[in-house]
Amino acid sequence: MHIHKFEQFWIKLSFVLIAFFIVTVVYGFVAMDLKVIGDHATIDPQNLADTKFGNPGVREVTRNGQTEYEVYVQTIQFAFNPGTAQPIVVPANTRVTFYITSPDVLHGFDVAGTNLNTMSIPGQVAKFTTIFPEVREYGIVCNEYCGPAHHVMEGKIKVVPKSEFDKSNLVE
Amino acid sequence: MTFIHKYPKAAKVAKANFIVAFIALAIGGLFGFVQALHRTNVFRGFFNSGEYYTLLTGHGVLLALIFTTFFIAGLFVWGVTRSLDREPENLTFTWSWFWLMTIGLVMATIAILGGLVPDSSIRAAVLYTFYPPLQAHPMFYIGLALVVVGSWMAGADWFWSYRKWRAENPNERIPILAFMTLFTMLMWYVCTIGLALEVVGLLIPWSLGWVTEIEPLLPRTLFWFFGHAVVYFWLLPAYYVWYAILPKLSGGRLFSDSMTRIVFIIFLLLSTPVGYHHQYADAGISVGFKFYAMATTLLILLPSLITLFTVVASMEHGARQRGGKGYLKWIGKLPWDSPAFVGCALAGIMFAAGGFSGMINASMNINVLIHNTIWVPGHFHLTVGTAVALTFMAITYWLLPQLTGRKLKYKTLALIQPYAWFLGMTLMSNAMHRAGLAGVPRRTAEPEYSGFDFEPIFGTMTEMKWQIAIGGTILMISLILFLWVVVASWLAGEKSDKPVDDYIPEPLSGVEHTPAILDNMKLWFGLALLLVVLAYAFPLWEMVADGIFSPGALPRPS
Ligand code: HEM
Ligand SMILES: [Cu+2]
Ligand SMILES: [Cu+2]
Repeated sequence: MHIHKFEQFWIKLSFVLIAFFIVTVVYGFVAMDLKVIGDHATIDPQNLADTKFGNPGVREVTRNGQTEYEVYVQTIQFAFNPGTAQPIVVPANTRVTFYITSPDVLHGFDVAGTNLNTMSIPGQVAKFTTIFPEVREYGIVCNEYCGPAHHVMEGKIKVVPKSEFDKSNLVE
Repeated sequence: MTFIHKYPKAAKVAKANFIVAFIALAIGGLFGFVQALHRTNVFRGFFNSGEYYTLLTGHGVLLALIFTTFFIAGLFVWGVTRSLDREPENLTFTWSWFWLMTIGLVMATIAILGGLVPDSSIRAAVLYTFYPPLQAHPMFYIGLALVVVGSWMAGADWFWSYRKWRAENPNERIPILAFMTLFTMLMWYVCTIGLALEVVGLLIPWSLGWVTEIEPLLPRTLFWFFGHAVVYFWLLPAYYVWYAILPKLSGGRLFSDSMTRIVFIIFLLLSTPVGYHHQYADAGISVGFKFYAMATTLLILLPSLITLFTVVASMEHGARQRGGKGYLKWIGKLPWDSPAFVGCALAGIMFAAGGFSGMINASMNINVLIHNTIWVPGHFHLTVGTAVALTFMAITYWLLPQLTGRKLKYKTLALIQPYAWFLGMTLMSNAMHRAGLAGVPRRTAEPEYSGFDFEPIFGTMTEMKWQIAIGGTILMISLILFLWVVVASWLAGEKSDKPVDDYIPEPLSGVEHTPAILDNMKLWFGLALLLVVLAYAFPLWEMVADGIFSPGALPRPS
């Protein structure tokens, strides 16, 4: 077979480009802690009441001697619970782990303008951990079509200074 | 003599497919225009925001599934007939796949448009990805299944012609147009296994109420088993045009026959095992498999990059034949006044830009920034919405005269059309990409929220909104120009024995340099199946091991 020398050069260049992208992603994973959602747990979407999702909200836990927070969120047609009726309040500079699932249809959970972005799939629990460095508010958008009022589905995360974090709203 | 005079029966089949394709394009495009104005709040008087999702389903299904499939069928009928020099083997069979697909399309469309009738129980506002537990009327799923079965029969029809041809020409190499058709269809057979399992195995019984619960992740995974390869099912016919016809339109000939074949083989092998890259943000699929899909996805850049080289090299050769000189000055010698050439060339340029945003999509931890934002429609309006759709429109200017025996009318309008599409898409798509970076979601009738504002990094929200609305309007105008030229030429173009120059020259590096192994379809098909099993067997097993329908969710009306 005859491959023109320019074409051979181009093919080599293409491989370099492909390798560059793979290396960038791996670097993000390893060095910058840019992870993606993985396989966490399955759950019966018709029986969330018997799980921690039955009492959704922010919980305090101690892990490795550190105080951390866990947030259980149900995405429902057409609200985040918590998030829509009242904001999700978490302290800054603290590890926060989100657990998200849906009792009805697919939804999205996207903290606008950040890389906190996951699908919420009935039967699956999405889990990710983050630290909010800044004191500010973020909007949460449902970014997967979930029915005729999908466009009203929004919520809020309020990041407050550690010292002002009010523990009386935590759930057990 | 042109195609219609030599092969009148095949010409009729191809034309029938084109008619359906263009009707779908007209309706789907109109919906796109309405969406562009609605989303941006420039004009919301046509429909209310609940109905938006019915229109969006119509837009996705009619353009991405129906327009493409029917156009491709027409294009392949033309190519197989011409390159094997034979009419379809059995016209009853040929027409039966056409009518099966058409009945299916009408059923799906009725189910979708039913959503615009108040209180109708016939609805299908589930978008073209139809993820359960949102449930459409059974007619929607059954209609789509018929379209797919029809497309399988169409593929069988082309393999049938090939078998017959092979019996008469035992020592010939597969002609390049037929080769590209058959390999595209082999890929289609591999990927539609997932869709068939999903629709026939899960969704139809579920929508008929035979089972009540469904596990949402399983059909979603099966959908994406099909869902990335389907983009290559749209794209490969555009490549087929770029490889086989565009060099001729630029005044030259194809650069390399063997490279063309290798590219199609790589697509057959790698198109399906990459499906999880649409599920990077899903819980329930392990990071390891997502990584495998990412590596494969980036590898599949290779055939597209090779295509870029081959196409540009062929065009340069053409320009030099026409007297072009210099490193870049030859570009000016290309036939920028030929509508068919201009459409294909502009489509190719947009595809390069789309390829770039595609590399971002593929890189999974960067992808979370833009997953399900309007960046994604920004990306695929460059790829399927332009690279594919504009190529199809452009090549129609060259094919239609061959199929009707009539010359093209309104050449000036036909020439303005691709430039207008390019302009409209540049406006709409760049703004969609940037809005997506700010977090603006896709598939949302009113992306305005009461509790917060988007903070764009590049540009302002107002400017992006207007670019989308104006871009969408220019696209609509371009579409009307296209339809006008087609209808006018079809009905009233001047009859001629040779309405267009339809000769296709041999490649520069011809088939005599092509290794025989490249034509071994059994080998490549087997390997493709093996790669799919490696990618999908384990995750699918995990999903069905706890029961096919569990963890089960209840259906919800759409
Ligand atoms: C007149 C030209 C067009 C206009 C103005 C247009 C406009 C739009 C807009 C604004 C959206 C985003 C809707 C949303 O996410 O809320 C969209 C989605 C989409 N468009 Fe187009 N479009 C056009 C042509 C095309 C073509 C030619 C194709 C493919 C062949 C196409 C395929 C799609 C698909 C697949 C979607 C996604 C649907 C979904 O998310 O379910 N469009 N279009
Ligand atoms: Cu939603
Ligand atoms: Cu894909």
